[in-house]
Amino acid sequence: MIESAQSFQVSSRGPTPAARLVFFGVLSLLMMFVDARFHYLESTRSVVAVLVSPLQRLATLPSVLLQQGGDFFVMQSSLINKNNELQRQRERDAAQLLSAQSLRQENQQLRSLLALSQREQFTGQFAEIVYTARDAFSMKLLINKGSSEHMQAGQVVMDEQGIIGQITRVYPWLSEVTLVTEKDHAVPVQVLRNGIRSVVFGAGDTSQLAIRFMPVSTDIQNGDVLVTSGIDGIYPQGIPVARVTKIERDAGYPFARITCLPLGGADRHRHLLVLSVLPKLPARPDEQAAPGVAPVQEKKAEVR
Amino acid sequence: MQSLDQAQSEILRPVSSLFIITSVLCALLLNALPWKGLWLTLHPDFVAVVLLYWCMHKPLSVGVGMAWMVGVVTDVIDASLFGQHALAYTVLAFGGVVLSYRLRMFDLKKQTSQVFVILSLTYGMYALVHWQVNGQIVWNYFLGCLTSTLLWIPFSILFQSMRQMRVERE
Repeated sequence: MIESAQSFQVSSRGPTPAARLVFFGVLSLLMMFVDARFHYLESTRSVVAVLVSPLQRLATLPSVLLQQGGDFFVMQSSLINKNNELQRQRERDAAQLLSAQSLRQENQQLRSLLALSQREQFTGQFAEIVYTARDAFSMKLLINKGSSEHMQAGQVVMDEQGIIGQITRVYPWLSEVTLVTEKDHAVPVQVLRNGIRSVVFGAGDTSQLAIRFMPVSTDIQNGDVLVTSGIDGIYPQGIPVARVTKIERDAGYPFARITCLPLGGADRHRHLLVLSVLPKLPARPDEQAAPGVAPVQEKKAEVR
Repeated sequence: MQSLDQAQSEILRPVSSLFIITSVLCALLLNALPWKGLWLTLHPDFVAVVLLYWCMHKPLSVGVGMAWMVGVVTDVIDASLFGQHALAYTVLAFGGVVLSYRLRMFDLKKQTSQVFVILSLTYGMYALVHWQVNGQIVWNYFLGCLTSTLLWIPFSILFQSMRQMRVERE
């Protein structure tokens, strides 16, 4: 009886759509949970990434060809102009570089006199943006160098004007860069003018960053440039991050609401600089002494 | 509109799985194009439209499982959470498969309004997960749902005519 009832169904192949919906829905939810919490699926992801990388290359081909075509038909006069401009800039920069070198020497000497540890020098590797992520939510982009070129998660990505973001995931031939504008992405910064330290957060919008916990009375002005403070051991010291554009001091709140404009232009250039991994800072003693300390408190200590 | 109805009622030969796979790959490619700025906000989800088309017209060969796999691939391409697109496309395929008999009885204009509902559910599912994980909803995202719906008629006509051409050639 039961068999005949089953054979009467029109779609007798396998389980019903509803059963499949439940199965694959639960599977998806499970995957999301595992991916978000435990990061167990990175190897699966990189395998799929290798499989789809030809497709991704193909997708970027039209824009690359268009650009190369544009390069081919560039006017000679504009090239000469640009070349002259670059030359002038190089001369200007060379003068500054010379003084910077002498300053660095002096700084090294002073630091060794004071028995302080030397400032880290950082070198970089050029990479090209393959494409930006294609939904309005995610502030991510992919660059054309991966683990085959010794990229590692945590490396800092910048352009000539400022910090772009940080490598968060490495595939064999690609790396994923999370932008500083990603929601809740934090960068420890310092006001260049007076050295006040703070942490700047992404706002989930390409043209905005926010400083959250700055007391109303803090000396910060419109147009102040924020540079990395180098305290976290991830971002090297002194790289421009953002410029303050708006300060709202509302007496009702204990903190000023400060909005900044990121200086690095993730949506402007194709070429980026990936900084080499910095040497690890000495381990924080608190963590070993008291492993039970809440991480929130540690973060606050870092901010100050 | 008459020719459209004709295309609907015409008996079409079975589609080779190669054709289905190629169309899905093309849709993935279109999705992976470097969309920027306003276009990024407005860009339709080609994969969703193509998957929905096949789920509606070939519910036995393209179903929830295939949509899920395509979703996983999209997750990797989009660098989104593993399973986020997969879940959304699973819902999409379920809608397409369950309503396939009913949808095929309508003409393209009437189909469009129903397709809009299924696509909004799909987009809503994706946004819901995003909201749960990141705590924000980007309302602009739903504009893509509108443009995807607008694609339904051209894509259906295109696929129907391609399937007819195959019949004539043989």
